[in-house]
Amino acid sequence: MGTDDIDERELVAALKAGDRTACVTLVKRFSPHIYRVALKLMGDPDEAEEVLQETFISACQHVKDFEGRSSLSTWLYRIATNAGLMRLRRRRFNTVSLDEPMELEDGEIVPRQLVDWGWNPEEHALNEELRRVMDEAVAELPETLRAAFILRDIEGLSTAETAEALGITESAAKVRLHRARMRLRERLSEYFASRPSPSRGGDDHERS
Amino acid sequence: MSVHEHTDCRRLLGMLSDYIDEELEEQLCREIEAHLAECENCRVVVDTLRKTVLLYRMSGPPELPEDVERRLFKVLDLEPYLRGRPS
Repeated sequence: MGTDDIDERELVAALKAGDRTACVTLVKRFSPHIYRVALKLMGDPDEAEEVLQETFISACQHVKDFEGRSSLSTWLYRIATNAGLMRLRRRRFNTVSLDEPMELEDGEIVPRQLVDWGWNPEEHALNEELRRVMDEAVAELPETLRAAFILRDIEGLSTAETAEALGITESAAKVRLHRARMRLRERLSEYFASRPSPSRGGDDHERS
Repeated sequence: MSVHEHTDCRRLLGMLSDYIDEELEEQLCREIEAHLAECENCRVVVDTLRKTVLLYRMSGPPELPEDVERRLFKVLDLEPYLRGRPS
């Protein structure tokens, strides 16, 4: 996906100077990542595209204010997650129903599924069904946990970058990430428990 | 036996992400490992938590559909600056 090979400092300088081909480079370099974040966050391709467009329109307009304290990518992730989360909040406000229960501090992360998957990600490719289950599980996360998880574990940002992009402290980012992972683990465990596995046999560790 | 009954499990659960990310201090890692050696349930949780993270990291590189990219360049008024691509 990489395009022109100029380094970030040169790119920022060119963007600030109003160089339009630098905008093309910016878009080509980062748009696939921003689109993936938007798609996972919104769970809807049309809305994801709107967030994508909003992000780059805003970035091109405000690049003069970019101070270089974070990397360009973290800055873009921040614009995109802000835009996405704002839309999700509006959507929730408009639908009235409280589809997102309050976090039950401690109880939320107590594992219920204690089944050995009998499956090793390193030895198997992802099939369509599993991808769908994984996507659904992410979509079911409360939005703030979802954003932290997407940035850290799907996009591969560091804890510090994730915190920076979300405008929260590193320890808050870690808490959100952990809660997200624990919820996803529950969902995926339910999936693996429900499918037959020769290596697991009938001897599950699932608590009754 | 359930995780709920084991006070050590509850205490250590919140640290498991830091543990699998190798961002936990040495002393706490040792504590977790000592606990894992005797707690089957927590071993399963750590193993499946690790696999959960691995699975999502296997998602591959991001993709941008061509039509989405085309519309993005259009809305940004950047089409004239695209070289060597059909507009």
